[in-house]
Amino acid sequence: MAAELEFERPIHELEKKIAELRSFMDEKDIDLTDEIKRLEEKLANLEKSTYSEMKPWDRVQIARHAERPTTLDYIRYLFTDFIELHGDRLFGDDEAIVGGVAFYKELPVTVIGHQRGKDTKENLRRNFGMPHPEGYRKALRLMKQAEKFNRPIICFIDTKGAYPGKAAEERGQSEAIARNLVEMAGLTVPVICVVIGEGGSGGALALGVGNYVHMLENSTYSVISPEGAAAILWKDASLAKKAAESMRITAPDLKEMGIIDEIIEEVKGGAHKDAKHQAELIDHILEKSLNNLLSMSEEELINQRYEKYKKIGQFGFVNDSIVVK
Amino acid sequence: MIKGLFVKKKKYATIPTGKVKQDVPEGIMSKCPECKHIMVTKELRKNLLVCQGCQYHYPMSSQERIASLIDEGTFTEYDAEMISGNPLEFPDYVEKLEGDRKKTKINEAVVTGAGQMNGLDVTLAVMDSRFRMGSMGSVVGEKITRAIEHAIDNETPFIIFTASGGARMQEGVLSLMQMAKTSVALKRLSDRGLLFISVMTHPTTGGVSASFASVGDYNFAEPKALIGFAGRRIIEQTIRQELPEDFQTAEFLLKHGQLDRVIHRSDMKKTLSTLLKMHTEGRR
Repeated sequence: MAAELEFERPIHELEKKIAELRSFMDEKDIDLTDEIKRLEEKLANLEKSTYSEMKPWDRVQIARHAERPTTLDYIRYLFTDFIELHGDRLFGDDEAIVGGVAFYKELPVTVIGHQRGKDTKENLRRNFGMPHPEGYRKALRLMKQAEKFNRPIICFIDTKGAYPGKAAEERGQSEAIARNLVEMAGLTVPVICVVIGEGGSGGALALGVGNYVHMLENSTYSVISPEGAAAILWKDASLAKKAAESMRITAPDLKEMGIIDEIIEEVKGGAHKDAKHQAELIDHILEKSLNNLLSMSEEELINQRYEKYKKIGQFGFVNDSIVVK
Repeated sequence: MIKGLFVKKKKYATIPTGKVKQDVPEGIMSKCPECKHIMVTKELRKNLLVCQGCQYHYPMSSQERIASLIDEGTFTEYDAEMISGNPLEFPDYVEKLEGDRKKTKINEAVVTGAGQMNGLDVTLAVMDSRFRMGSMGSVVGEKITRAIEHAIDNETPFIIFTASGGARMQEGVLSLMQMAKTSVALKRLSDRGLLFISVMTHPTTGGVSASFASVGDYNFAEPKALIGFAGRRIIEQTIRQELPEDFQTAEFLLKHGQLDRVIHRSDMKKTLSTLLKMHTEGRR
């Protein structure tokens, strides 16, 4: 049973009440059909209002849900013949990032993504999906390989951030991320990025310079975690909920700021309720994006990426009250 | 009074912590914050703000930096009038920007432009840590990107002096995206075969360290500059270990193969212009 999320509690309570009435009706042989029908209507309305008016903090909870589908889950549903490839050829293999080759509807592609664990044991092995430099360098190696063999690249983004550790610094965490940003800018093949969970800062962006960047409806993308922002702004990490609201980190926010291309609808209540169906919803947009990009030349792909990032930002000029976007 | 019984008595005294390091020395005499050596401020400035005692490199304002590198009268500034909006409507952000503008006499945390270094053309960007800790928001990203585009159009080398606490939190994910924006521009610069030199000064951390600062054809740093991705405190909390004293200094990075050289400020202009010369004469 999935862990209960705070904002879903009223729904669960109502569901429980309906179930109780049903068993009561069977036991005592009393007709409560009308009562149950009334409550079921109420439940439908409640679900509708809860899931259509999700607050940023509710989305953060869903994005971090322990059972939220991961990169490997989506790979299983979206691609065939996936062959995982390991190692950066320089230091080691970082299991916080997975990558390999596969078919997407008969088209050979390279797939790369951050990989969280599903339980404590796997999380330790995968460092909770927080990569070291060797993870980013493996990703880059696979991207260059894809470029050589003219395969499109699909990146799944799902990390709290690059790992803040001593060894990571010694091996050049900054350089590894920075190198990916620059090299992804110049890839001659289509690059599609999908934020499937948390998009945590530079560690997320290092797989995120694409021709298209899409976000699942309940995923987040931010410069700093809500807890980190709260700690810095108000010296109190417990104000994360407030920070989540003011930082504008949800998919609708990013769409509005012109940073992402499409919001991918999620199944009711979040992707974890039905990973297979969620994969179908991703599939739909992935196919459309790929079709758009496959007709573009190498130069067009690079220029499209240039223009896409060049226009992000808001600024103005002294003596000029209009803020250019 | 009964009420008095419930008031907790202070069990601590406030000890004044060490004085905040002076950004730029003022007054007739200046004391080095590192070795306490006392110098005549005029002399210190002549010495490019480097302590004669311990070689401590004082932070430099963007104006002072440009004066120390660019031949007199050759600098043309780009986009000096560009200013930040307040995209997240962050409380107090506009006031803080206004305060920094007054304090620093510049409009944002980077100054860009073109000039000559010992007679050689160069496009230059100099970050200024006095302005919002040199943090990168939309304006910093845009000014650097435009400077790179100028370098491409004019076929000049591009040199950046970084000094930044990282991405600017008040502009949220827009700040993060400036890392990508500057990177796509640097890729174009590189593809045109043009030179890019990054000189990291104190401090260069977070999103700036993890983007343009680390991908120069040459990566240099000033002595003792703090350079790193994550903050020291966060790393200590994460790994529960004490870190070596020189952790994330320029010398530490040099030792771990992350830098080409550490360059003393007094050798900076000469080293850079020699490199520029090598790249100019080599180009046909």
